Amino acid sequence: MPRGGINKNKAALKRLLAYARPHRRDLAASVLCAAAAAACALLIPVWSGRAIDAMTGLKGVEMSRVGTALMCIALAAALASAAQRGLALANNRITYSIARRLRNETMEKLHRLPLSYLDAHPTGDLVSRMISDVDTLTDGLLMGLTQLFTGGVTILGTLGVMLALDLRIALAVVLLTPLSLFMAGFITSRTQRYYVDQARVRGEETALINEMVEGQKVVRAFGYEEEALKEFDRLNEELREVSRKATFFSSLTNPSTRLVNNVIYAAVCGFAAWLCMDGSITVGEMSVFLSYASQYAKPFNEISGVVAELQNALACASRVFELLDEKDQVPDAAEPAALTAEGRVEIEDVSFSYVPERKLIEHFNLKVEKGKRVAIVGPTGCGKTTLINLLMRFYDVDRGSIRVDGADIRGVTRHALRRSYGMVLQETWLKSGTVRENIAYGRPDATEEEILRAAKAAHCHSFIRRLPKGYDTVLGENGGSLSQGQKQLLCIARVMLILPPMLILDEATSSIDTRTEVLIQEAFSRLMKGRTSFIVAHRLSTIRDADTILVMRDGHIVEQGNHETLLAGGGVYAGLYKSQFSGVAT
Amino acid sequence: MKKWIRHYAARYRKECILAPLFKMLEAFFDLLVPLVVARIIDTGIRTGDRGFILGQCLVLAAMALVGLACSFTAQAFAARAATGTAASLRHRMYGKIQEMSCQTLDSLGTSTLITRLTSDVNLVQNGVNMFLRLFLRSPFIVFGAVIMALRIDAGIGLVFVAAVPVLAWIVFGVMRRTSPMYKKNQEMLDRVTLTTRENLSGVRVVRAFGREEAEKQAFRTENDALFEGQTAAGRAAALLNPLTNAVINLCIIAILYFGAGKIDSGALASGNVIALVNYMSQILVELVKLANLIVLLSRAAAGMGRIAGILDMDTVRERLEDDGKGDPARAVAFEGVSMRYGDGEESLTDITFSALPGQTVGIIGSTGAGKSTLVSLISGAYGATEGKVRLFGKDIKSLTEDRIHALVAVVPQRSQLFKGTVRSNLYWGRKDAPEAELWEALEKAQAASFVREKEGGLDAEIEQGGRNLSGGQRQRLTIARALLARPRILILDDASSALDFATDLKLRRALAAMEGTTVFLVSQRTASLRDADLILVLEDGRLVGKGTHAELMETCPVYSEIHYSQNRKEDEECPAEE
Repeated sequence: MPRGGINKNKAALKRLLAYARPHRRDLAASVLCAAAAAACALLIPVWSGRAIDAMTGLKGVEMSRVGTALMCIALAAALASAAQRGLALANNRITYSIARRLRNETMEKLHRLPLSYLDAHPTGDLVSRMISDVDTLTDGLLMGLTQLFTGGVTILGTLGVMLALDLRIALAVVLLTPLSLFMAGFITSRTQRYYVDQARVRGEETALINEMVEGQKVVRAFGYEEEALKEFDRLNEELREVSRKATFFSSLTNPSTRLVNNVIYAAVCGFAAWLCMDGSITVGEMSVFLSYASQYAKPFNEISGVVAELQNALACASRVFELLDEKDQVPDAAEPAALTAEGRVEIEDVSFSYVPERKLIEHFNLKVEKGKRVAIVGPTGCGKTTLINLLMRFYDVDRGSIRVDGADIRGVTRHALRRSYGMVLQETWLKSGTVRENIAYGRPDATEEEILRAAKAAHCHSFIRRLPKGYDTVLGENGGSLSQGQKQLLCIARVMLILPPMLILDEATSSIDTRTEVLIQEAFSRLMKGRTSFIVAHRLSTIRDADTILVMRDGHIVEQGNHETLLAGGGVYAGLYKSQFSGVAT
Repeated sequence: MKKWIRHYAARYRKECILAPLFKMLEAFFDLLVPLVVARIIDTGIRTGDRGFILGQCLVLAAMALVGLACSFTAQAFAARAATGTAASLRHRMYGKIQEMSCQTLDSLGTSTLITRLTSDVNLVQNGVNMFLRLFLRSPFIVFGAVIMALRIDAGIGLVFVAAVPVLAWIVFGVMRRTSPMYKKNQEMLDRVTLTTRENLSGVRVVRAFGREEAEKQAFRTENDALFEGQTAAGRAAALLNPLTNAVINLCIIAILYFGAGKIDSGALASGNVIALVNYMSQILVELVKLANLIVLLSRAAAGMGRIAGILDMDTVRERLEDDGKGDPARAVAFEGVSMRYGDGEESLTDITFSALPGQTVGIIGSTGAGKSTLVSLISGAYGATEGKVRLFGKDIKSLTEDRIHALVAVVPQRSQLFKGTVRSNLYWGRKDAPEAELWEALEKAQAASFVREKEGGLDAEIEQGGRNLSGGQRQRLTIARALLARPRILILDDASSALDFATDLKLRRALAAMEGTTVFLVSQRTASLRDADLILVLEDGRLVGKGTHAELMETCPVYSEIHYSQNRKEDEECPAEE
């Protein structure tokens, strides 16, 4: 592992310990129980050795000594069981609590992160930090806590007892047993590449499966089933072969270390028998050595496993902490002004860019009176969506200010600002849940009647009725099998229900047919009478009626006016308009 | 599920017998070890025969070596059976998915199919592998130890006879309690994952509606439930070790106690007592392995259950007899067709129309009016709930899928291409079509010019899902792909939405020029359908208009409304717009 990785892991360990601090009592209990359990487990062979010696001594069987030894075993056994139980319970509580706290904190964090971060990072990566990393961390931590300490105590204890019994055999055991570790390491390093192969082919096959299963309807429509299966089988066979090798070679580790351990066992057995004949140790002591010889290697093997697991866990932890350490969005003003939200919007000398090197919006000015309809047109990348990001304060302006009803939007809470807008984006997002829950998303306390009214206004009532369970149909992740247009209609219904004073429609009707669009716009203008709206669209029919049309290019407003004046002006808008109608004349 | 287990057990009979057999052989040598040690103590040490002790130690080492060889052999068989089973399961499932009806695909969803094909199969592979390696070994050692103990001393052996059922009861009792808990925890974790993913993908909407607190609260509730589930399962599982250890230690005490008595009476040698204690420890080690194995197996069984759910699905479509009442001169005929998805209300109600070969049929209507449903009945993707759909006079339910594919080609709304090259994607339409025909299809689909400009032309790379092409390019390629199939009936389901008006027009003209092919055009633009021989107007699943553009403008208010929503009355002279 590179140096930086080790440092990172160290830092992660420190932070994790801080997370464990509230569980001080459990932690103490865990350490205590681990020590007790290990010690008792070690003492039982010693006492049973003594019992055997009491049977084989020169004086014949001394029942009283046997009895004492057995009492000791019973006590140790009871204590060991109690300690094991205590250890497991304490560790469970510690790790699962830490996992829960981490998950909650990452979720809290998610809602505090600026959108610039979330936009720049793929969802998959963030989900894997929040879920699988925390999960791996939990598993590693649980295993680590349980076995690391117990293993350590066991090794030290074994060593102590053996040294006390006989120096020579102790040395033999200590020197020979680590051989099995080397054996394991040797095999693992040589079989690693089979694992790498397996992971590669598995990845390829998964990609193919994803593509083909998602395109299954096309596969069927073209009767391509057999071809698809053939292609799949080629990879599938390859995977079978590499994973057979990986499975086989990786399964060699255990028997091989067992061989080493067994040979050592034989050696210790011979050696101890030798000493037994000299009378330097008793038969009972020999039995202690034998049981230690078979057990001594175990904690070593376990610890090497645990260390790998812990390293993995710490790497995961540092990925989680990295996320938690990301810079939060600028906090809301300490004493937020109240927002009257009538719908007057002023944009004054605003400059903004996502990356400083690439200037986007510069010295932008716009004044929108209450109840006006503003349409924004322009080519892709001209800054239309950026303007919405700024209005909703998903991003903060670099320079200048945006004011709603005279109040700088940085002086009011984000919550208040955003609740005064109704937003429908081209990219539809629906929650997994019923249709009803989705429509009522902005106002969960809405009555049935209000929900129906919103659905009817958005013209989705008729298709909802035809869904398998109507309004109670459960939609899968992101709308399940609804068409894009139906999803957009639901998003519109969602906004129709909350009746905000201002409206933002970013290509909100792009997947809806023109007739429904007209009907929805009528509904909007009825509902939105006196409400300010911002509309981004590429269909010029959608924006023809706007009070103000902004034509944007490269972050600037290049033209501003209504349909007639802009058309008469013969500028960019007139050009766009003509280009949309060219070809029809043929 | 049992059926499949039997199937694979028969298929890998050799492996299923040999792998456990060699594993048992290895276990057999493990069982002999305490006996050899007992002889070293009772014979070697007592008589002081150093040569004997050395010999016995060599026997121990030799047994270890033979054990290793047995183990390797067993692992090789186990690996072959496990990976073979996994590969075959993937193959079968993949084949099954190819046979599924669109309804089934819709109701299952792709993500679960993918999980079953990947992680569930991995679970099964792992399960089979470990099963063959351990499932017989562990019981063999346990029972072997009991038998050995009985042979050493029948009286003390009874301690073993009593201990094994108690231990088994503990192990299986704990498992029985924990395994449903683990399953529930996995479901809760899935739920937490879904919520996380949704919060990320919908972060703009969540913030726009000011629902952060509610989302966090919902997450906390789910997270708490997960925590409770995890600790509960942990508590239950934490009984296993203490209880089994307690029983084993109790048995060791009993062995030593009774052993002492027997040694006193001279009925037992001390080495044998040590052997008995060793056997007890072996039992413990194997039981722990067995418990872990059972966790693994129960997860594998759950995975196998989900896989069997797919494999056992009835995908054979019932073929109806054709009633022979159809008119073969009509390419497509709908006779009072209704269709519903699941238990919902009807998506199409009582549709009747017919189209002649070579005609162009336009379909128009609002979002959700049933346009896509109607064409999916023609392609056989879905079946009518009531009424009959006929292709060239034959009831579509009497035709085989191959026959339907030979007649009908579809260009779907969402253009889907596959990783490969332009050529390999076109071959989907017709395998190994000659170069000239590929270009002809591309010309008609208005795709020739951009393909020509691409580096590699026909052999230009296409990334997964066609990501490296624009939306319009993807649409034109999917159209070319459909044209190559030389269908008698061609369906374009709003498939030219990403094309500019001029290209769209050229495309429509090229399609109209195709002799003998009936073209179905689903569109939202009346301008696109102007020249159609027949236009079907759908509203809420009903056919509210049927005729040419001119007729419908007169008779169908829905149609004229759609038309005017795109073309203002006052500038009727300036026709459609994009």
